[in-house]
Amino acid sequence: MMDNKQLNLHPALETLVSRGPVAVNLGLSSFAEALRAQGAKVLQVDWTPPASGDEELSRLLDKLL
Amino acid sequence: MAKVCMVRKNAYFDSMFLMQVSRRLEGEPGVERAAVVLATENNKRLLSDLGFSAPEIQAAGPNDLVVALEAETEEVAQGVLGRLDAFLSRRQPEGEALPRTLDAALELLPEANLAVISLPGRYAAPEARAALERNLNVFLFSSGLSVEEELSLKELAHRKGLLLMGPDCGTAIIAGVGLGFANVVRRGRIGAIASSGTGLQEFTTLVHRAGEGISQAIGTGSRDLSDEIRGLSTLVALEVLERDPDTQVIVPISKPPGKKTLGKLLPRLERCEKPVVLCMLGIEPDRITTELPVVETMEEAAAQAVRLVGGSPESSFKDWEKPLAQERARFSRNQRYIRGIFAGGTFCYQAQLILQRQGIEAWSNAPLDPRFALPDPTTSKGHTLVDMGSEEFTEGRPHPMIDPTLRRERILKEAEDEEVAVLLLDFILGHSASPDPVGELLPAIREAKERVASRGGYLCVVASVCGTEEDPQRLSAQVSALERAGVVVLTSSAQAARFAAQLVEGK
Repeated sequence: MMDNKQLNLHPALETLVSRGPVAVNLGLSSFAEALRAQGAKVLQVDWTPPASGDEELSRLLDKLL
Repeated sequence: MAKVCMVRKNAYFDSMFLMQVSRRLEGEPGVERAAVVLATENNKRLLSDLGFSAPEIQAAGPNDLVVALEAETEEVAQGVLGRLDAFLSRRQPEGEALPRTLDAALELLPEANLAVISLPGRYAAPEARAALERNLNVFLFSSGLSVEEELSLKELAHRKGLLLMGPDCGTAIIAGVGLGFANVVRRGRIGAIASSGTGLQEFTTLVHRAGEGISQAIGTGSRDLSDEIRGLSTLVALEVLERDPDTQVIVPISKPPGKKTLGKLLPRLERCEKPVVLCMLGIEPDRITTELPVVETMEEAAAQAVRLVGGSPESSFKDWEKPLAQERARFSRNQRYIRGIFAGGTFCYQAQLILQRQGIEAWSNAPLDPRFALPDPTTSKGHTLVDMGSEEFTEGRPHPMIDPTLRRERILKEAEDEEVAVLLLDFILGHSASPDPVGELLPAIREAKERVASRGGYLCVVASVCGTEEDPQRLSAQVSALERAGVVVLTSSAQAARFAAQLVEGK
């Protein structure tokens, strides 16, 4: 994969690097708080495990869908 | 004392939030000890050590919440449990309901360019994939993904020209904004790419302390340069730094890459239009043939990069003779071993290298040499350097940079061993880290020193603090608190490891 051809960067990556992060945070809410404290725009997702944590059911759903 | 526990099925909360809830419960009148945790195997073991091993805890799983209380009376404990919901309810910012899925969040914030993901490993991969599919770059703090999952995500990101930092990525600084555990450093002309989180933190703080600054510091995750992953995120990061007008020097920081990956990475780096300083911790000199400057510690990397942009690095020369002699004179005859209790994985790795170069083999739960794998990570032997941030200690609980509990207990345990001479510690400041890392460990450090002194010995505590004056914890305040407690504080983790090695030389 370490190929020599030019890699095209996605516009979302160019914006991230030039204008800074605009973020969606899934997980530790303190990471969102730290971003907010630095003046970055961030939205916390109130995430819960899929299918109320029933992994067997979740795998089954993945197969069905 | 009454011990009471309860299990609530399917009640997921993040580990940092639960640590705060535990602390609030411990502040309730009559409550001696409180542990509010998800029932991961690691946490079940810790609960059992605290005397909580009821069958309902053993039957609980990682999505089930356990509340274990030790209180003056059963009534006190039951009273607190009755009010548990009040402790578990989160305050919502601006009183608005939060979106519950990535897609719902993107409807509210369509201009998003990054997903920050720190979910438990088993849920992180599908969310990271969904984010990449929706054209978001990803900062993936979670660990525990399989190599296959990581490769497939990185191939997708590489194909789309998106940046996937991680899995197992602790830190990054993008356009001056710190992600995960990052220090407050000035913006500048030096760009870094690292597969080691605390390595990147040390590098950026040393650059800052030398008066220079960071353009971008991009984390790639600990396995990126393995032959399985082939440096896919490193390649995207390199492209970013080459095009970034603010970056004048590029510093890749890593442990030795896989052989094939190194063979392909070197020509790519040599072709780079900007000067490159290659920092490879523990690379054997005969494994690398390149015209690029290669250095072995974060300290040397920072010094070289600073020189390349025309600055002058902090002098690392300190006259150690006197403090060394003073400390050595205080040991009793049978004291000979170093015990390093690290929060930073790279600091643990680098210390093993430095000790090895001085002819000292150290045991570790994250060993350089598999022959020196600690049989039981919770018990030290001989010289031991423990990475307290590794998976076996952090599953289902916050990292030691946030939660000092396990490091505190380990420090006291080391003081029980009559052959211990030196305690080697790291303290990591910055965003998201503990608000007072030194203050949280000082009582344990003092107690450990007293225990050793009470049997006629002397415990020398050697430390380094990774941080800046601008970090919320303030570097100088943390250093002086350590020095007031008789701790020897060195300017970098490499220096601290060298000092520790010299303390036990010839013992």
